[in-house]
Amino acid sequence: MSERLLRPLIIALGLTLLWQCIVWVTVAPKFILPGPLQVLTTLIDQLPLLLRHAGVTLTEILLGLLLGVFLGLVSALSLITWGGLRRWLMPVLVISQAIPVFALAPVLMLWLGYGMASKVAMATLIIYFPVTAACFDGLRQTHTGYLKLARTLGASRRALLLQIRLPAALPAFGSGLRVAASVAPIGAVVGEWVGSSTGLGYLMLNANARMQVDLMFAALLVLALIAVSLYFLIDFLARWLTPWQADTMHSQNRRDR
Amino acid sequence: MKVDIRLERASLSWRHHCVFSNLDLELPGGQWTCILGQSGVGKSSLLQLICGIADEADISGSIHCSDGKPLDGRVAWMAQDDLLLPWLRVIDNVVLEARLRPGRREPGQYELARYLLSQVGLTDKADTLPGQLSGGQRQRVALARTLFQNRPLICMDEPFSALDAINRLRLQDLAADLLADRTVLMITHDPLEALRLSDRVLVLNGSPARLSAPIQPSGKAPRQVSDTAILSLQGQLLELLAGEAP
Repeated sequence: MSERLLRPLIIALGLTLLWQCIVWVTVAPKFILPGPLQVLTTLIDQLPLLLRHAGVTLTEILLGLLLGVFLGLVSALSLITWGGLRRWLMPVLVISQAIPVFALAPVLMLWLGYGMASKVAMATLIIYFPVTAACFDGLRQTHTGYLKLARTLGASRRALLLQIRLPAALPAFGSGLRVAASVAPIGAVVGEWVGSSTGLGYLMLNANARMQVDLMFAALLVLALIAVSLYFLIDFLARWLTPWQADTMHSQNRRDR
Repeated sequence: MKVDIRLERASLSWRHHCVFSNLDLELPGGQWTCILGQSGVGKSSLLQLICGIADEADISGSIHCSDGKPLDGRVAWMAQDDLLLPWLRVIDNVVLEARLRPGRREPGQYELARYLLSQVGLTDKADTLPGQLSGGQRQRVALARTLFQNRPLICMDEPFSALDAINRLRLQDLAADLLADRTVLMITHDPLEALRLSDRVLVLNGSPARLSAPIQPSGKAPRQVSDTAILSLQGQLLELLAGEAP
């Protein structure tokens, strides 16, 4: 247990040291590459400013995550329920994914304005397809034995979907959630880069333009912290949702079954 | 009320190859019938045809019950894989039928399930998840789930073949005890298992496959593995299976 806590700390320390070494060796001026200590000082000095912008970005990410996961889940359930819908909608989904979401960012700004809505839309869009695909795969790959058993038990279509297919798909749904959690921040920040007046993305662009590279790094650090915490939170949630899913990665000898 | 069941003119072809055709099968009420055969002879498909869950496009046959009613919804299926839902507690797996058909939710079903679990010797496992059970224990839960359904016909598809020798014998004894006087159709590739448990043993063999005349071991199930009559019958069955193999 102590090793599990210690390891990330050592990794973080090692990376910081590497960073400091690069600063020492290249003798880069602070407006090109500030040292870790300076970034930390800026982080503490500018904490209220950073937190204000981080709050905006976090809200965008969470709203996008909520919306994207909800839409993805509903789409997957509809696709599995109506076969006709699947044949018509699946190609559309795949084509929609072929368009780079980032290319849509300016259009979204135009339609939804410079406020929060366009960023939430970006995050939602970028999450929607992976979540839909993961959920749909999970729902349709139900063990045929379970389905046959349910048929001999006289299960209705509704019971089959809600009590067999859906719980059986939860592990796949968890994978979708993890992917969503790691790409949602990208969507929000790209949205902010294209046009905004608040948020960490805006702060980074602004600081970069004014040669406040230390502030930019501090904002980046906060963003990374948000993304990593979000991932671990979702990972915990996904495990909590599927307590029967044994993690066999660390087990040396599995039981006879 | 025991129902005789007849399957008539059952046919199955797979990739334009006739596995069996015009097969007739009689399941006398209250008796344990066993079909013995090698893998690939179509015995699982035959069983699933009776259960109404055969997926093959080229399978057909008509089923008649002696009481004149259709067989739909009156068969319990127990597979080689225990098919316990890993997200439900053991007790919830036993009452699965009631969970999937809310109309059939009645008071006392959990008491019944607990009683059945005590019969299969798993009283203390009722609230654990199936993932924590051993293979033998899981198949016991599957047996309790099958008993909970209380259907006129019980179809078992190699239910004990994934277990080790000792557990298999124990479960055979348990099943023979709990399913005595029920109408049972069991599929197996183990002659000894068939002879220990069933009233009638049929061999499904050849290409296209045909059913042999029934062999009826004497005595009451479960028969002893050391019984000489059973052992000599086992020898005959093995010769029959091996001799007619393609």
